[in-house]
Amino acid sequence: MSSEHSGIHVSPLSIYFTIFGALMILSAITVGAAFVNLGSFNPIVALLIACIKATLVILYFMHVKYSSQLTKITVVLSLFFVAILFAETLMDYATRGWIGGGGVPLH
Amino acid sequence: MPQQREAAVLGMWVFLLTEVLFFGGLFIVYTLYRTWYYEAWALASKSIEIVPGLVNTVVLIGSSLTMALSVRAAQTNKRKATVNWLLATIVLGSVFLGIKVYEYSLKFEHHHVPGASFDFYHHADLLGETHEEPASGMTMGRAEINRTTQLFFSLYFVMTGLHALHMIVGVVILFIIAWMAHKGRFDSEYHAPVEMTGLYWHFVDIVWIFLFPLLYLVERH
Repeated sequence: MSSEHSGIHVSPLSIYFTIFGALMILSAITVGAAFVNLGSFNPIVALLIACIKATLVILYFMHVKYSSQLTKITVVLSLFFVAILFAETLMDYATRGWIGGGGVPLH
Repeated sequence: MPQQREAAVLGMWVFLLTEVLFFGGLFIVYTLYRTWYYEAWALASKSIEIVPGLVNTVVLIGSSLTMALSVRAAQTNKRKATVNWLLATIVLGSVFLGIKVYEYSLKFEHHHVPGASFDFYHHADLLGETHEEPASGMTMGRAEINRTTQLFFSLYFVMTGLHALHMIVGVVILFIIAWMAHKGRFDSEYHAPVEMTGLYWHFVDIVWIFLFPLLYLVERH
């Protein structure tokens, strides 16, 4: 389904409502899961659901599914940069004080 | 035209990349303090009312839907529908901000705003979490509770505040775009401003998708 001249992808209306419904259901699951004691899995489940929701928004609402390779690479790149930010910072804090130095270790 | 549109989309995503890192910095701070002061995180998060947060989640995702429908209306040359869906997005965005103001006012009332009059211990006591003989493994005294929960609420206000600021900017842009759409500036060939506004709005929605469980649902069981 492209418009005649510009090659823009026009998603059928049903896709938007389906994605909205899925996002609502996932939101309900997030709240429900928070009230169940899953131990250390509580934050993992919460973040996993949030990631799924974000992916749905990016792919369908933001049309990245139908975007060019270059755009897709840019999107993945932003996630890669955040991964570096988290990995390097956590690496620093988790290994503080290994050799008698200062700093507060992660519990 | 396709090349111009492609350039606009790519440029917008490069901007969003910087935004992802901007909020990413806040999320790493959140992660570290949550690890160090988990007890305070659990206590403070429990004091936040879930219902306004959940309503706002529904409202904001709903506004993403109306935004997406507006872009689609522009793609299919429906001027009136484009304007109306933009106005619906503005209304939902404003409802979100209104509920946020209500939530902030509760924080002021409860002395949960970091600063001189901050006092969480009183609230923690009301929750039955802290007594002379802490039953539920509470190990912190008044000073420690107030210090560590103040960290949580500092992050709460910075993160939700910057998110709300993004929404205020978004609403202003939406007004401009709605006016331009009303004037017939967009059609199925050219509607990049509507599309770019959409990308921005959806990004703000995604930030909230992460903020909601991280701030409201730390330990509810």
